[in-house]
Amino acid sequence: MDIVLLSRLQFAITALYHFLFVPLTLGLSLILVIMECVYVMTGQTIWRDMTKFWGTLFGINFAMGVATGITMEFQFGTNWAYYAHYVGDVFGTPLALEGLMAFFLEATLVGLFFFGWNRLSKVAHLVVTAGVAIGSQFSALWILIANAWMQFPVGAKFNPDTMRMEVADFSAVLLNPVAQAKFIHTVAAGYVTGSVFVLAISALYVLQKRHRALALRSMTVAASFGLASALCVVVLGDESGYTASTNQKMKVAAIEAMWQTEPAPAAFTLVGIPDLAGKRTDYAVKVPWMLGLIATRSVDTVVPGIEDLVKLADKKIRNGLIAYEALAKLRSDRGNAQLRATLDAHVGDLGYALLLKRFRPDIEHATDADIARAAESTVPDVPVLFWAFRLMVACGFWFIALFAVAFYLSATRRLDRHRLFLWAALATLPLPWLAAELGWIVAEYGRQPWVIEGVLPTFLGVSGTDVHNVLFSLVGFVVFYSGLAVADVYLMVKYIRLGPDRTLGHAVTAPNVTDPTPSLAK
Amino acid sequence: MSYEALRLIWWMLLGVLLIGFAVMDGFDLGSAVLMPFVARTDLERRQVINTIGPVWEGNQVWFVLGGGAIFAAWPALYAAAFSGFYLAMFAVLAALIFRPVAIVYRSKIEHPRWRAWWDWALFVTGVVPAVIFGVAVGNLFLGVPFTFDADLRFHSDITLLSLLRPFPLLVGLVSLTMLVLHGATWLSLKAEGAVGQRARRVISFAALAFIVLFDLAGLWVSITDGYKIASAIAPDGPSNPLHKLVYREPSWFANYAAHPALWLAPLLANAAALAAIVLRRRPLPAFLFSGLACAATIATAGFALFPFLLPSSSNPNTSLTVWDASSSKLTLEIMLGCVVVFLPIVLAYTAWVYRVMRGPVRTEDIARDRGAY
Repeated sequence: MDIVLLSRLQFAITALYHFLFVPLTLGLSLILVIMECVYVMTGQTIWRDMTKFWGTLFGINFAMGVATGITMEFQFGTNWAYYAHYVGDVFGTPLALEGLMAFFLEATLVGLFFFGWNRLSKVAHLVVTAGVAIGSQFSALWILIANAWMQFPVGAKFNPDTMRMEVADFSAVLLNPVAQAKFIHTVAAGYVTGSVFVLAISALYVLQKRHRALALRSMTVAASFGLASALCVVVLGDESGYTASTNQKMKVAAIEAMWQTEPAPAAFTLVGIPDLAGKRTDYAVKVPWMLGLIATRSVDTVVPGIEDLVKLADKKIRNGLIAYEALAKLRSDRGNAQLRATLDAHVGDLGYALLLKRFRPDIEHATDADIARAAESTVPDVPVLFWAFRLMVACGFWFIALFAVAFYLSATRRLDRHRLFLWAALATLPLPWLAAELGWIVAEYGRQPWVIEGVLPTFLGVSGTDVHNVLFSLVGFVVFYSGLAVADVYLMVKYIRLGPDRTLGHAVTAPNVTDPTPSLAK
Repeated sequence: MSYEALRLIWWMLLGVLLIGFAVMDGFDLGSAVLMPFVARTDLERRQVINTIGPVWEGNQVWFVLGGGAIFAAWPALYAAAFSGFYLAMFAVLAALIFRPVAIVYRSKIEHPRWRAWWDWALFVTGVVPAVIFGVAVGNLFLGVPFTFDADLRFHSDITLLSLLRPFPLLVGLVSLTMLVLHGATWLSLKAEGAVGQRARRVISFAALAFIVLFDLAGLWVSITDGYKIASAIAPDGPSNPLHKLVYREPSWFANYAAHPALWLAPLLANAAALAAIVLRRRPLPAFLFSGLACAATIATAGFALFPFLLPSSSNPNTSLTVWDASSSKLTLEIMLGCVVVFLPIVLAYTAWVYRVMRGPVRTEDIARDRGAY
């Protein structure tokens, strides 16, 4: 049994599971703010009831997000102890600040969201709801600053005295361009998730011919918020691709299954069958120029292919070995300035030398064959990335189409006229979650073999704990999480079927029953 | 500010965060443990849950923030403690995962078996973290077997069974009685009617048990070998636990002998628990005193252990201390700046939430309110 594999499996399962609840929290919290804003501005009680009903579903989801997030906060220590030691000086800070600046805000105020309706003024309650939403967004920001540093480790340098990476320039960590692109992409994906959730369940109510007043108003909110968000996801997803192309060339090449470097501007492979062993893509349908334009925003910058990047890795490994040897000598000769100078000159590629540890412990004696194997190990799982990316993007374009139609129907007040549209909205319900999970796979699985790109290989990051412990906790998490998932879905379905009237204990009706279409001006 | 001062401040902040967790999340845990004993009907159980309903989420963040702050300020401790205490940590995580779900989901379905199952879950997930945190602290006094290699990779021979030694189990009971006392004063304050009265009767038992166990643990520590740094200390040196010599000395009371004022902490823990008994009919002061008992208990342990964070029994020289397990100076500075600005803000809106939710929780209100847990 391999502890690296088990630890990775556990991290992937718990992260993917946590990420089932996060996007809905991000999106639905803002939708609640929008609805409650309308209530405060117009005084129409239906908007308060909408906030309460969707808030009930929000609460069921929020509890799961809080619960599963705890695992994530501590797993870096339990299962990735060497990672925690090696980069904790940099990576720990955004995680701690997430707790201090964001999670505290949303978690402290969320209790008042549910229990404060009769204890707070209208405006004060709206402030509380907004606080929950803002806290959630900032929470995502800090987590993505931490994650972005794993993708693009700026503002830090290796310290041979403490044998770890340390912060050199905190503002570089904070203002990491990857973090900004990822933040907008991820929260917008959350908004799409929230919008699809509201749209689909409302569509179900319209199809069932019940809760019409609430459903139509909810769909109107979801349509406009969803359309803006869906556009944002795709545009900022493109920004993510652009920033990735500057620092994670291997990830970009793997997503494209681009084995050889093509003359600029490179073509974009729409579909095809990547063949990992044969290093080629069969039946490729290509769009000329497109990849070059997306990845480099120019017609003459080259996007390097996988084979050239492997050759580059080979060079970096040899360079990193010089740093590694200087570091080994420094241990017995801590004051030697010349060794430190050598280390400093080559330390940027130290991580590449560490790749060799997978193949032999005494890496200073690595042969050309070992180095070639280590260089080859920098290629991620091309077919998985190729397809995960394409499915995610296809979902993204489908959301734009769906929300564009919804927006048009809402603007012309015909949301309830087209059963095909309503069915399509309902059928879309699982897709945002699928797209979000695929996005995680592209970003994190696509970073392999690195846990910190170019700095620390994943297999070195694990804890020295007994492998049976990890097996035990992995099985434990799977069992717990499966049980909780059943309870979560059961409760969601229960409250959706109960509907707003019975959930809130009174009939949710429009202020003017003859005019069921939503109207803000009253 | 010097690196030495920053490390000292962050050692104190570590204590503040642990106290914050014990005081804030402590009464949640204690109430859950007490629920089967003080609440007999379904409505009474819901009353217990609804006393913590609006605030448990914020309280639990003290735990998350504690984890994040240890990661950022004491990364070596974060790596060593959590991977070393792997299965104990897993049990705590499992409990703290189940608890939120139990609180929110329990009353959403009116099926006796569904509710009975979550009641059981609430009790167990209250007991488990309360005991394990104590067991972990107890093990710090004995030291645990671990070492670091030249790459500073952590190696340990800790197993779950090796943590369950008599002294740590005693400290686990200290922790449990402390949080049960805190939960009892909370329920006495917040639950009106029969539940509050039953909780009030628990206060004396819990406080007496706590005092006896706490003092017994103190006596036991006095005959336990402590740890002492034998080589010259470099308080501004790099965070590398391989450059010092540590030997065992007869007792952990060296700090107390050097600074007798520190005895205030254990005295306060005793006095505060006694005060909770005396004032048990005045709920708010009793609650404040049980909170003070939690704070003083943690301070007592911290003062004895300083400067050790995680002593190694198998290779004492690689023990983690305040001087060689911290983040870089820059990270400690940045984090301190953020804490100075944001912790008061956090405390302010937390206080506001408690103010808005002030007043007792009544069974009649819960029966009427469809949003109640």
